[in-house]
Amino acid sequence: MSSATALTWFARHEFRLAWREWLAMMTGGRRGRKRRAIIGLIAFAAIMHLPAYAVIGRFADLQAPLDKSTLIVITATILLAWALMLSQAIESVTRVFYARADLDLIMSSPVALANVFSVRIAAIALSVTGMALVLSTPFVDVLVIGGGVRWFSAYGVVMAIGLSAAAVAIAVTIVLFRLIGPSRTRLVAQILAAIIGAGFVIALQIAAILSYSTLSRFAVLTSDAAAAFAPDIESIVWWPARAALGDGEALLLLLAGGLVLLGAVMAIFSPGFADIVVRASTNATPSRQGSRAMVFRASSRQQALRRKEFVLLRRDPWLVSQTLIQLLYLVPPALLLWRSFADSSLAIVLITPVIVMAAGQLAGGLAWLTISGEDAADLVATAPLPASRVIRAKIEVVLIAIGAIFAPLVAALLFASPLQAAVTAVGVIVASTSATAIQLWFRVQARRSQFRRRQTSSRLATFAEAFSSIGWAATAALALAVPLVAPVTGLLTAGILAATWKISPRQA
Amino acid sequence: MVRIGYETTDCPDIMKPVESALRVRGLTKRFDRLAVDALDLTVQSGEFYALVGPNGAGKTTTLRMVAGLSRPDAGSVAVFGVDALRDPVAAKQMMAWVSDEPMIYDKLTPLEYLEFVAGLWGVDPAVSGRSARDLLVSLGLEPHLHERCEGFSKGMRQKVALAGALVHDPRLIILDEPLTGLDAVSARHVKGLLGDRVRAGCTVIMTTHILEVAERMADRIGVIASGRLVAEGTLAELRQQNGHNDTSLEDLFIALVNVEATAA
Repeated sequence: MSSATALTWFARHEFRLAWREWLAMMTGGRRGRKRRAIIGLIAFAAIMHLPAYAVIGRFADLQAPLDKSTLIVITATILLAWALMLSQAIESVTRVFYARADLDLIMSSPVALANVFSVRIAAIALSVTGMALVLSTPFVDVLVIGGGVRWFSAYGVVMAIGLSAAAVAIAVTIVLFRLIGPSRTRLVAQILAAIIGAGFVIALQIAAILSYSTLSRFAVLTSDAAAAFAPDIESIVWWPARAALGDGEALLLLLAGGLVLLGAVMAIFSPGFADIVVRASTNATPSRQGSRAMVFRASSRQQALRRKEFVLLRRDPWLVSQTLIQLLYLVPPALLLWRSFADSSLAIVLITPVIVMAAGQLAGGLAWLTISGEDAADLVATAPLPASRVIRAKIEVVLIAIGAIFAPLVAALLFASPLQAAVTAVGVIVASTSATAIQLWFRVQARRSQFRRRQTSSRLATFAEAFSSIGWAATAALALAVPLVAPVTGLLTAGILAATWKISPRQA
Repeated sequence: MVRIGYETTDCPDIMKPVESALRVRGLTKRFDRLAVDALDLTVQSGEFYALVGPNGAGKTTTLRMVAGLSRPDAGSVAVFGVDALRDPVAAKQMMAWVSDEPMIYDKLTPLEYLEFVAGLWGVDPAVSGRSARDLLVSLGLEPHLHERCEGFSKGMRQKVALAGALVHDPRLIILDEPLTGLDAVSARHVKGLLGDRVRAGCTVIMTTHILEVAERMADRIGVIASGRLVAEGTLAELRQQNGHNDTSLEDLFIALVNVEATAA
């Protein structure tokens, strides 16, 4: 087999694997759901046109030349999309280097490893770009329908930033690898991937709060200060925005730039790919000498279980970062709270739904880890204590963790408004309990390392958890702003929970 | 230095007059097909019992039901006279289960894992701390006592899981293919450890595909096929039952399983 044929063959193999992995994610790994998954996806894409219209519809008539403020808003939006793609690409690159499923086979085969890994990296770039194209379709559709075919060029911008995000992801991962070694790179890259997307939005919100005491990031982007600080209208910085608006020259330059960047990164780094994979695979699961011994000499069996859960949470920074990522979103409202002491702004009411929502989401993640993500399920199941006590110990861990995280925020609110603190505390308790209950009803036996894929095991549980958190957050906000309406959303949310329980496997 | 063998404490309450360590009657389990078919099985206290059979014969399913990991569709399970289906907690207090796929916590050290297991079984911490270390040392894990299990090989994980099963001094030890993935030295450690336990009065039930182990270690051997116990006894009894006075267990096993397959 010639080298070119081998490469094409390997590329086909990679795409087939990527397609099947994606399909498995969409169908929750269950066969016979392919048609339903595709129909569901099409329906979801159609429905997504509504929020897309609400968000972006008013920009469809934009025409060049644009003023600086508009250019800043469009560029920041593209930068946000790029940050999200970079996050996904870093995660994918890490998986290529550390997933051991087929490495032994590939590395023992008589093919040039640099070529093989180049194909693998190219497949990542294409899959990141492809996913971004799919997700951007409703938004671009809305712009094309409202503003004409010139907006099709937005797809080109998505492709260009997808290629550049993949290139930067590869470079970042390999540089990290050389700087801090294989075992730390895995952890740092995964945490980096988790916080990069959220970090951009949060940084904008923090800037908005510090400057304008509002959570709206547009306040910063459209401010005179930003316009004064921004480069000249002709600057290269605005190429992506101009390309999105239909500037053919800017688009071609952007696409060429993305391709050249990816090609350069692959040319520079591909000779070392095989070496990195070898080192990563031999260091993927390092033993840690001299861990500080944790004492499990508990006074009760439940206490032993609780301590074990806390130790496992504490010792897995990646899982914790995945779980606590929601807490990053609490930084802006916490800052707003601090600012509000100075000017008694009414914006402080906004904090309650944010806290309640974060508590619900965090409790859902922690509940999955403790209840479903039990690595030694047989051991716990054969232990001489009733299943109800095992479950109770695990629920206690979730509620203690939530309490420890949110109690300081509620205590801070107490100084600003005792009523709001009380409503927030009740909201946190109800949202956490609801999310934990949903995880309990839909519990499955899984490895903790499957946390990333927990949402694919039950779409229903995922949606129910999200709606429950949103519902309780809205109820808490309305209890403070329009108390008469709060019982309506409260009852609706309780209804969603009751319906979820009714159709859950534990009830059926 | 690696020690072969382990100073065991006598299994508690072995002097109590009990009819049997395990008594299974009419045990039935159906998945897509009948996995266990009205199985009757009795294992006496202090006995080393090996359950052998072809793949898919129902060995693991049977033992999982005994250990309380799966509920039978019909039948009864009594562990030292305790109805394991009615009072699973009391039955589990006397049992330990080790699966062929060792499930341990990657982020705990072997010592921490054993302390956790001891905590679950309510063992006095002063006792469990000492015996946990002794057990791990006897299995050749002394250099790894304070390393997290995440970098351990399958054999090392299997040894940690086995030590975890023994740390609470169970009266009945159930092992599903405990020697899978172990090297010759480790396998000898494990066999020595199990032999010591039986000599101290514990009961061991083990499934294995390694017929030589069953032949050399087990007091009695049960041959299971298509969810039924097709033969049972000492090696000599099995030979006598089948009219082969000078044959190996492997030949006997093949003959028995073939007869069963033909009958089915």
